[in-house]
Amino acid sequence: MVDRIADIWGSRTPFQRGATWPVRVDQKLADGLSDADVDRWVQSACVLCSNGCGCDIAVKDGRMVGVRGRAVDIVNHGRLGPKGLFGSWQGMASDDRLTSPLIRRGGQLVECDWDTAMSAIVERSRALLAERGPLSHAFYTSGQLFLEEYYALAILGKAGIGTPHMDGNTRLCTATAAAAMKESFGSDGQPGSYEDIDECDAIFLYGHNMAETQTVLWARVLDRIEGPDRPAVVCIDPRLTPVAQRADVHLAVRPGTNLALMNGLIRELLHHGWVDEQYIRDHTVNFEELRETVEPWTPEAVAEVCGVPADDVRRAARIFGTSQRVLSTALQGFYQASQATASSCQINNMHLLRGLLGRPGCGVLQMNGQPTAQNNRECGADGDLSGFRNWANAAHVQELADLWNVDIDVIPHWAPPTHAMQIFRYIEQGSIDFLWVSATNPAVSMPQLPRIRDILGRTELFLVVQDLYLTETARYADVVLPAAGWGEKTGTFTNVNRTVHLSEKAVEPPGQARPDLDIFLDYARRMDFRTKDGGPLLTWEGPEDAYRAWQDCTRGRPCDYTGITYERLRGGSGIPWPCNEEHPDGTIRLYGDGVFPTDPDYCETYGLDLATGAAVSEQAYRAGSPAGRAILRAAQYHPQHEPPDADYPLSYTTGRTVYQFHTRTKTGRARQLNQAAPSAWVEISVPDAARIGAAEGDIVRVASRRGEIVVPARISDIREGTVFAPFHYGYWDAAGAAPAATAANELTMTEWDPVSKQPNFKNAAVRIEKVADGAGPAPAPTTAGSHPAAGTDVPATRGGAPGEASETMGAAVPPGGAIQAARS
Amino acid sequence: MKLPIYLALLHRSEQSLAGAFRVVADGHAAEPDVYSVCQLLAGQCDEHVRALQPAVQRYGEADEGDEPENLHHSGPSRTRSGPVGLLRDLQDLYVLASLVDVTWTMIKQAALGLRDIELRSTVEDCEGQTSMQLDWLRTRMSQAAPQALIAAR
Repeated sequence: MVDRIADIWGSRTPFQRGATWPVRVDQKLADGLSDADVDRWVQSACVLCSNGCGCDIAVKDGRMVGVRGRAVDIVNHGRLGPKGLFGSWQGMASDDRLTSPLIRRGGQLVECDWDTAMSAIVERSRALLAERGPLSHAFYTSGQLFLEEYYALAILGKAGIGTPHMDGNTRLCTATAAAAMKESFGSDGQPGSYEDIDECDAIFLYGHNMAETQTVLWARVLDRIEGPDRPAVVCIDPRLTPVAQRADVHLAVRPGTNLALMNGLIRELLHHGWVDEQYIRDHTVNFEELRETVEPWTPEAVAEVCGVPADDVRRAARIFGTSQRVLSTALQGFYQASQATASSCQINNMHLLRGLLGRPGCGVLQMNGQPTAQNNRECGADGDLSGFRNWANAAHVQELADLWNVDIDVIPHWAPPTHAMQIFRYIEQGSIDFLWVSATNPAVSMPQLPRIRDILGRTELFLVVQDLYLTETARYADVVLPAAGWGEKTGTFTNVNRTVHLSEKAVEPPGQARPDLDIFLDYARRMDFRTKDGGPLLTWEGPEDAYRAWQDCTRGRPCDYTGITYERLRGGSGIPWPCNEEHPDGTIRLYGDGVFPTDPDYCETYGLDLATGAAVSEQAYRAGSPAGRAILRAAQYHPQHEPPDADYPLSYTTGRTVYQFHTRTKTGRARQLNQAAPSAWVEISVPDAARIGAAEGDIVRVASRRGEIVVPARISDIREGTVFAPFHYGYWDAAGAAPAATAANELTMTEWDPVSKQPNFKNAAVRIEKVADGAGPAPAPTTAGSHPAAGTDVPATRGGAPGEASETMGAAVPPGGAIQAARS
Repeated sequence: MKLPIYLALLHRSEQSLAGAFRVVADGHAAEPDVYSVCQLLAGQCDEHVRALQPAVQRYGEADEGDEPENLHHSGPSRTRSGPVGLLRDLQDLYVLASLVDVTWTMIKQAALGLRDIELRSTVEDCEGQTSMQLDWLRTRMSQAAPQALIAAR
C-alpha cells in the first residue's frame, strides 16, 4: 500500500526511450473492503481531469465502493491519480446529493416532481420564444457531460430553439487549445499522443503544471526522467512547480509575457538554422510574415520583457533546436493568459518549422482542462458546429441541416457563435432572459464574481440549473434539476489525445435524479421540436441511439467515429479517433504525411486575425492558398492590459491544486482529498512577505480593482511580485451567514482572448496586506506547487491510512497493439 | 500637384480615426473586447500618422481650405448608449475607417505614378492594418446586430 496523498504520482516504473511504459494497476476500495467483497467491476474512465484514465468501478450492494485502473488501457496502463482514486466514487455518494427537482416558490427553492419542474421550464421557454424569439435563450454547459448529451444539446439548441447562444465552461478551460489548432492546422484535432512521452528526447511544458493537473501523465514523464535516457525538460511557469523542479531550464516568465518569449524562441531557431527548410516549403504557408514578426525578439529583448535570463532563453531554444524528437504540451498558463491563441500558435509553429509532427516522439499536445471538453468542442454544444464543421461554409451547414432534417436557415450561422462571456453580457443587458446551466458552476468559476452574482440574480432571468449538488449557482435558480452522474448513466467521452472511452452505468442514481441525456430529450419532447417533415426532431431512446447518430455526423470529418462502436469499446482499451475504414484501429498521431485539414472546402474555420479576432473572409482565405499546408500564424506582442502599478503593485494569477477539481463539487466531498487541501490560501514570495510583515499562515487581504479575498498566506518559491490563488474555493461549505471571501475569481477581470474568447484568469493587478496573525501554517499542500519556501517548517501533507491505495506492478503486458498498428 | 491635398486628408483622417477609436473605447468600456481592440487600433492609427510624416514634409501639407469640400473626416466626440448605440458607434467608425482605407489606395496610386519607393513602402506597411480594422468592425457588428436589432429591450 502507498499513501497516495503523500505520494501523488505513486511508485516509479522507469523505462527507456522506445520501450513501452510498464503496467502498474492502482486500486482503492472503501474502508474494510477487499477484492472478495466486490460484487462486480464496471468499465469506465475517470472524469476528474482531462487525462482520461481507463478504470473499472467496484460495485457492492448497488453502491460504488472503489475504483481500479485498467491495465489494458493505452492512456494510463493501469494507473490512477489521487483525484480518481479517492474522488471519483466518493464524490458521487455524499448525503447532500440532489434527489428531487426544486422550484422557486415565494423566493425559496422547494421540492417538486419532474412534471412540475419541466412544465415550468417549457412554459417559460415557449412564452419567451413567442414574445422575443430564439435569441432570448442561452445554454451554458460543461466539460463534464458525455458525448451523447452534448450532441443532444447541440441539436435541440441549434435546430430546435435555433439560438446561437450556446457555450460551455470549456470556454474557460480549453477554448484556446481548439482555437490554436484551428488557426495553425485548419481544424481542431490533437496532433500528438501521450505515447510521444515514451519516444521523445525533450519535452517542453508551456504554462502546464502537468504534475498537478494530469498526475498520471506526469507519472509517465517521471518514469522517463528516472529511466536510463532521460529527456531534457523545459518548463515555462512563474511558480516553482514540481515540473519546474525537474526541469533543465525553468523560464519563470513575468505573467502576461508569453508571446514575447515565444517570438524570441522562434527567432533563435531561425538564426541558428534549426529549421527544416524543405518541410517549411512543402507543408506551410506564411513563413515570411513569421520571420519578420519575430526578428526584433533577441534573447536580450525577451529577457527585458519577460524577466528571465537571456542565456536561459538561448538554452531552451538550443534544446528545442537540437533534440531529435521534441514533445510540447500547453495548458492554462498559456490559455488563460494575455494573447492566448497567438502564444499557443507559436508552440505549433516551433514544431512546424522543424517538421516535428506526426512521428514518434514529435508531437504537440494542446491540452484540455476537463475530461469531456473535447466532446463539447466536437459536438458543438459550445457554439462550434457539430463535427468540426465551418459555420462560414454554407455546404457544411447544409450537411447538418440534412442530418437533422431541418431547413438550413433554422441553424444559426450568420455570425460566430456566441461565447460564454458575451452570453453573460447579453443577460446583463436584458436581451437573454432564459439560461440553462448544466454541470457547471459559474458563480465560482467565472471571472469577476461580484458581477456574475449580479447577473445570475437578475429577477428577469429564468435560470435552470442541472447538477449533482446544490452548487453556488443552483442557489440562484428558478428550477433545479437533479442529474445522474458518472457511474449512474452510460455514455462515451474523449480525452486530450482523442482516445474515446465508454463509461457504463454501474449503479442507480439517487432518488429522482435522471441522466442529463434523458433530461434534454424530455425537454425536446415537451417543446415538440419538429423536423421539416413534421416528425419529432429527436427520436432517440437512449445513449447508444445518440452515439450512432453522432457517428453519422462525423463521417468524413477529422473526428471520424464511424469505426468506434460501443461494442468495440467494451472490454479493451479506449480507441483514438479518427477510426474508420482507412484507420480501422484508430490513429495515434495526426499529420504524419504533412497534409493538414486546411483545404477551404474542408477546414473548420477560415481563421481569425490573432490581434483583433476579425474574421478572415472565405475569399481572403482562399487567396492564401493553404490547400493542405499548415499556416504559420504570427502576431506582435502587446503588453497586458492591467499591469501592476503604484496602487496595485503585484501580478495576480490563479490555478489548480492537485487534490481539488473545479469548484470541489466532488473532490471537496472526498475526505482524503479535502483534508489535504481543505480551504483557500494565497502564495506569495519570501521578499513580498517580508515587505508586508507576514509570516507563514498569517491572514492577508488581497485586493484588486474588482474585489478582495481574505485568506492565509503560504510563503513559497513563487516569482517575486507574483501572487497565486487556487480557484477551487467557493462558498457551498462555508460556515456562518457571512463567510470570508475566498474565491479567487472575486479579483479576476472580465477580459478575453480575441480569438479563442477564453477569459484571462492569469493577469490582474493586486495589492496585499496582512490583517491578522495566523493560527498555524496555511492550509496549502506541501507536496506540489504550493510547497513552502526552502527552510520553512511546515508539516508535510499526508493521507495516513485512509490515503493508502494498492499498486500492483507488472500485472499484465503493457498495451501496445495500437502503437504497432500505427507504425506498420 | 494635388497630392498634398490627399496627404493632408489622410493625415487628418488617421488622427480623427485614432481619436474616434479612443472615444468609442471609453464610451463602451463595459464591452471589454470593444475597449481593448479599439485601444489597440487607435495605436495603429497613431503609427500611421507618424509613418506619413516624412511624405508630408517632402510634399508639403495642404491647408484645410484646399480640400475638396465634400470630404469630411471628423470623428464622433461622444458615444451612444445601449446595444443599438454600440452598433451605431461601430458603424461610424466603419465609415471613417473606410475613408482612410480608400484614401490609402489613392495615395498608393500616386506613389506608383511618382515612382516614390519610400511612400509606396509606407502605404504597404499601413494599408493592411486599415483593412484589418474594417474587417474587425464588420465582424463585431455582424455579431452584435441580430441581438441589438431583434432581442434587445
